[in-house]
Amino acid sequence: MTDLLDPLPWLIVLPLAWGTLAFLLGPGRGGRLAIAAIALQLMLALQLAGQLLGNGARVHAVGGWGAPLGIDLMADGLAAVMLLLTQAVALPLAVFARGYFAASPKGRELFWPLTGFLLAALNALFLSADLFNIYVTLELLGLAAVGLVAIAGGRQPVTAAMRYLLATLLGSGAYLLGVALIYGTYGSVSLAVLTPLVTGDAPLAVTLATALMLAGLLLKTALFPFHFWLPPAHGGAPAPVSALLSALVIKATFYLVLRLWLELFAPLTTVAAAQLLGILGVAAILWGSVLALTQSRLKMLVAYSTVAQVGYLFLLFPLATLVPPGVADSAVQGGVMQAVAHGLAKAAMFAAAGSMIVATGRDDIGHLGGVGARLPLTLFSFGLAGVTLMGLPPSAGFSAKWLLLTAALESGQWGWVAVMIVGGLLTAAYVFKVLRRAFLPMAAGDRVTRVPRTLEFSAFALALASILLGLFGAPLLYLLAIGRAA
Amino acid sequence: MSDTWLPALAVLSSLLPGLVIFFLAESRIRLRTALNLIGALAKIALIGIMLWGVLNDHEYVFRHTVLPGLDLVLKADALALLFVSLSAVLWLFTTLYAIGYLEGAPNRSRFFGFFSLCVTATVGVAMAGNLFTFFLFYELLTLATYPLVVHRGTDKALRAGHVYLAYTLAGGALLLIGTVWLYSLAGQVDFVHGGSLAALPPGTAGQLQVIFLILIAGLGVKAALVPLHGWLPMAMVAPAPVSALLHAVAVVKAGAFGIVRVVYEVYGIEFAQSLALLLPLAIAASITIIWGSLRALFQDDLKRRLAYSTVSQVSYIVLGVTLFGPLGTIGGLVHLVHQGIMKITLFFCAGNYAETLGIHKVSEMDGVGRRMPWTTLAFSLGAFGMIGVPPLAGFISKWYLGLGALEAGMPWVLAVLAASSLLNAAYFLPILHRAWFKPAGGAWPDEQIPQRGRWETAPLLLIPPLATAAATLVVGLFAAAAISPLSWAELIAVREYLAWIP
Repeated sequence: MTDLLDPLPWLIVLPLAWGTLAFLLGPGRGGRLAIAAIALQLMLALQLAGQLLGNGARVHAVGGWGAPLGIDLMADGLAAVMLLLTQAVALPLAVFARGYFAASPKGRELFWPLTGFLLAALNALFLSADLFNIYVTLELLGLAAVGLVAIAGGRQPVTAAMRYLLATLLGSGAYLLGVALIYGTYGSVSLAVLTPLVTGDAPLAVTLATALMLAGLLLKTALFPFHFWLPPAHGGAPAPVSALLSALVIKATFYLVLRLWLELFAPLTTVAAAQLLGILGVAAILWGSVLALTQSRLKMLVAYSTVAQVGYLFLLFPLATLVPPGVADSAVQGGVMQAVAHGLAKAAMFAAAGSMIVATGRDDIGHLGGVGARLPLTLFSFGLAGVTLMGLPPSAGFSAKWLLLTAALESGQWGWVAVMIVGGLLTAAYVFKVLRRAFLPMAAGDRVTRVPRTLEFSAFALALASILLGLFGAPLLYLLAIGRAA
Repeated sequence: MSDTWLPALAVLSSLLPGLVIFFLAESRIRLRTALNLIGALAKIALIGIMLWGVLNDHEYVFRHTVLPGLDLVLKADALALLFVSLSAVLWLFTTLYAIGYLEGAPNRSRFFGFFSLCVTATVGVAMAGNLFTFFLFYELLTLATYPLVVHRGTDKALRAGHVYLAYTLAGGALLLIGTVWLYSLAGQVDFVHGGSLAALPPGTAGQLQVIFLILIAGLGVKAALVPLHGWLPMAMVAPAPVSALLHAVAVVKAGAFGIVRVVYEVYGIEFAQSLALLLPLAIAASITIIWGSLRALFQDDLKRRLAYSTVSQVSYIVLGVTLFGPLGTIGGLVHLVHQGIMKITLFFCAGNYAETLGIHKVSEMDGVGRRMPWTTLAFSLGAFGMIGVPPLAGFISKWYLGLGALEAGMPWVLAVLAASSLLNAAYFLPILHRAWFKPAGGAWPDEQIPQRGRWETAPLLLIPPLATAAATLVVGLFAAAAISPLSWAELIAVREYLAWIP
């Protein structure tokens, strides 16, 4: 059977397998294995994208059983984009992590097994075809992520991890409650079965379920005002973990919000709800940027930047809901492009920040002097990632902004235009806060040591990818269109 | 084949050396110098080929689709080449000057890396074939010049950098709003002779007026239109080669050039006139011309005086653009080149005074003409050119601007030109008087480079200003020659106006 060569199940099995193997190999081992395996995963994701571009969206019945008895895996353009993003971010980060944990071993014992499980959960989440499987992947993802936050030990990281655990359990609890209500109403959890059943006159239980599921997912995505758990968790973890969490984990729940909003719950969406999401996004952009500006610790600044950038993702909802189809397409493309741009750029930024912290021996923006002279490539990567976050051309961040701005102007929603422009300027303010310190000469009593080249080059690869995607982003949009109702 | 790649190569000829230079060790001086010069010469050669082609009615276009409906277009037309040739030639001189100026200074790899990026951005701005591409390079220019402005790392430099970023990023944001708005209204707006917006339905006129205002405000920041000029005098804390870049080669020119593109090739001069957009712009330019000159009068710091002079002189270009009729166009465009050559001469000389003798203030310049006659000669040529003394470059510009004003039926512009020339004389002649005729007042503030035989300062510092000063004379004297900036500006004017004169 050609089934055996189908990339879909392998994208889930492979990371589970190497994660388990890394666990068995013993503390801190398995890095090389992980890098090789993730490279293979990236090739599988590319193969899948190629298949979709050729033949369109498709379903894979695991073991040949199919719904409702077995488990279905479903791949469309949106899922393929997220899978590509996940593997493309994970590969340089794995290279980075190997170098990072060699230089700063705190927390390396469980990094590789947990990362394997995390990636398996992410890939499974993107491919899930029913609401209950999504719940299972959400829990696995949350637990792996909480574990990763806690691996460095110490009081602060563990406190942050506990807070994160609370948030993630609450979020998936609300989601599960919603799934139960839906199952009670329709007797199915399969997205394919449910989508035609949910209509505008659905019973109250379904509306309630929608609200519960979306609220749970927003909590896990850290959308303002649910962001309280994010900065300590992302700012306190070891740099490779921060990068994985900021770049990928919150995108997974955003992906679910987007998919549910556009497909299953589309008949129930209202302009008011969409506006609410947009307004929360605005609050996130402003609040996150202002707090990023006031941070004195580098990683906290980058973490608050994530709070702000999550806000941009949610601007797509008012721009894509109950507007002409062309405008909605542009908004969805912009939102997904922003997710990808932020994924690449934020991974680069956390990696670069990690290198700077290893080099200076402290996490303090005030003591970055000399970094520009000693680690030019790292600072350059930080700057390039900053260009993407500011949304300046040519970068994927700019493409995202352009698409969203176009959607806003064509639907006459001027308020969002102003927010995006102001948000870009605020981003510039906090990015340059770091850059200008790093350009200064070293202060007396500070030190800046060299870091292994793999650290510098992996961050650079991620940053460069976020720029190049801005020049060659059209294929990603073609891929995204596959399986979306025209 | 080569037709599509030449514009891209012209951009890459400084981008690639720049990227390599970033990662060179400080001590690799020869390799760095070689890369800089190879890039500069390759660029000039490429531009030479394209100049020949454009003269023979050829157009070079490179097009790459970034997103559906969003193309990156590089186009070498007559207007682009006017700006690109200026930048490429002045870049070569500025590079030579910078090599001499920064000898022994720290962080040179970083400096020359960003220096090359800056010129890359300028070439991109010049050859942008639509507003999106223009915006892309306009922002790149901001990012590439910031590290140069703060290069010295002093508190003053950092503050200037802060102000510079605040102004230019805000300007960029305005330009982005204008661009997206225009694209959503009119689709992809490529730069074409005669503009393309006249074809839009008449109901959009109001929106187009607002968009024009937004675009000009965004461009006016870099062009230092009053009241958006505040960053320019502050940025003079940067090293002299950077000032040359800001004032003559790249930044203010990018703003002025953008205004030229928007008026002629997005809106079209006739359509802009029919929307009543030209007169307000002419008034803004006139105010800037007078205000900049007035402020220059009261500056004792030599570079600050020159900076305010730039504020004033760059608006000549804008003024020329707003004078409806080919003569005004010619005056504005030719001043784009002339102002660059003259102002770079003046900044090179100011740098020489500071590096050689430690002179930063006009009041310290007594008798400097005897110690540094060649530098002072070059400075004098630049200053007389700015005042508009025939047969120097500035005279040609003012002559055509004056004729253009009459042609456009705006005689009051003549008064602005006359007042500005008087003010120019009022702030330049005292400098020349001090330098040539007053006796030196004892020791120089901080003599760094001693007289060595005939060389009053380091050769690499002296040759560039002499060359550009000579150019000030040559482009004025031989303005009627077939390949002078003036002839090229005439060629552009003919093509711009032919597009709509049936």
